[in-house]
Amino acid sequence: MRYSVFSLLKNSFSGHKNWAPAWREPQPKKEYDVIIVGGGGHGLATAYYLAKEHGITNVAVLEKGWLGSGNIGRNTTIIRSNYLLVGNNPFYEWSLKLWEGLEQDFNFNAMVSQRGVLNLYHSDPQRDAYARRGNAMRLDGVDSELLDREAVREMAPFLSFDNARFPIMGGLLQRRGGTVRHDGVAWGYARGADLRGVDIIQNCEVTGIRIENGKVQGVETNKGYIGCKKLGLAAAGNTGEVAAMAGMKLPIESHVLQAFVSEGIKPYLDTVITYGVGHFYVSQSDKGGLVFGGDLDGYNSYARRGNMPTVEHVIEAGVAMIPGIARIRVLRSWGGIMDMSMDGSPIIDKTHVDGLYLNCGWCYGGFKATPASGWCFAHTIAKNEAHALNAPYRLDRFRRGYMIDEKGVGATPNLH
Amino acid sequence: MLIKCPYCGPRPSEEFTILGDASVRRPTSNDPATMDQWFDYVYLRDNPKGRYKEYWHHGGGCRSWLVVDRDTQTHEIFGTQAARDATLAENKKGNS
Repeated sequence: MRYSVFSLLKNSFSGHKNWAPAWREPQPKKEYDVIIVGGGGHGLATAYYLAKEHGITNVAVLEKGWLGSGNIGRNTTIIRSNYLLVGNNPFYEWSLKLWEGLEQDFNFNAMVSQRGVLNLYHSDPQRDAYARRGNAMRLDGVDSELLDREAVREMAPFLSFDNARFPIMGGLLQRRGGTVRHDGVAWGYARGADLRGVDIIQNCEVTGIRIENGKVQGVETNKGYIGCKKLGLAAAGNTGEVAAMAGMKLPIESHVLQAFVSEGIKPYLDTVITYGVGHFYVSQSDKGGLVFGGDLDGYNSYARRGNMPTVEHVIEAGVAMIPGIARIRVLRSWGGIMDMSMDGSPIIDKTHVDGLYLNCGWCYGGFKATPASGWCFAHTIAKNEAHALNAPYRLDRFRRGYMIDEKGVGATPNLH
Repeated sequence: MLIKCPYCGPRPSEEFTILGDASVRRPTSNDPATMDQWFDYVYLRDNPKGRYKEYWHHGGGCRSWLVVDRDTQTHEIFGTQAARDATLAENKKGNS
């Protein structure tokens, strides 16, 4: 059923007790044309676009936990396309364009809110670097504005402008950036894919990948063997484990990233602000909580929880940027496992195995990429070749020396 | 996390900086024919879920390099060794 004001009215007469489930809970078939491993944002988006753009509907999404239990439910919900290097902006801008039309497209309220993303600068050299990035964005047709101190003060008067060591001198603003209701993205894609015939199979863990004569045959799971013609891996932090089942060793390390939400307060912050000294980014959710995060803990982890030194570091950076939040209490914190690549950029590509496709390396920028990642991965799987937008994100770029290293720190996954 | 430094005793992890995987070995040759070994050394990682040996530097203490044996699922630390001792022990094992 299509959600609309009429369906809402109709269901209100029966006390909202007769809504159909948003997706089915099917048992796995014996064989599918395409199986996607990972029922998170990227996996569900891939299935959705396979069905919608390429007419491939005999598809299953296998999720080892419940739908959206990984990083799609663990991020700080920021969307933006403010990159510098060649290759990144066209991809992330396409993602932002998909975000802009997403709710109409999949008929689900994902609360896409283009409230702006503001990166603060604190010195002349940093201003120059931001001006360069802003110009690179404009060359790729992305909106960007370099703000001076007074313009930033108008937007966010509560920032610590007169910090003696790191005064705020201005910021780089992308007005089209913003936030999205993260779970809504998973639910919307799941429902959209399910309506088009995709089987979403939860609590189904892949335990092996069957390959014969260099071609994918299917996967072993805790619900038995399922055959497939093509297999797409979108397992985020668990990519290393899943890829090892196909005999692959990847330029990926898994790291834990923590995020936090404060108690609800009255409307205070109507944009997304990132600190230019420490690593800190914050927005306010519609419920009123400040949603914020910082750096990785720094050590390899699959634990989905971090340690206190990082908590302290993130909150120090936050209080340095907005002294007024010092008395707000933190309500919850959590961790997600990031597939950190060796250059900080993702991988969407074919592999050495016929019919096996790889989508990983999202580091901690995967949420904003969800629509374009699914769109490009679906194209790569359907056509057996990369789209121009994900052609830079090839797996062999490391061997060939074509890294896309936005931060310029080299092959150190924990620093990207 | 508390890391037991062999010289300083148990110390909080924020005194240390992690370098990463201690299982990778730097190739000894500059011959272009060894490119695969270099690629493996610089970029590819086993990334295990479970026990993992990694280099940490005790920058906030004795400034020595350590090999820490840690579980990536539980963050439990099983043992710590000076990096030099760990390499010497491994070389000895390799030679015998």
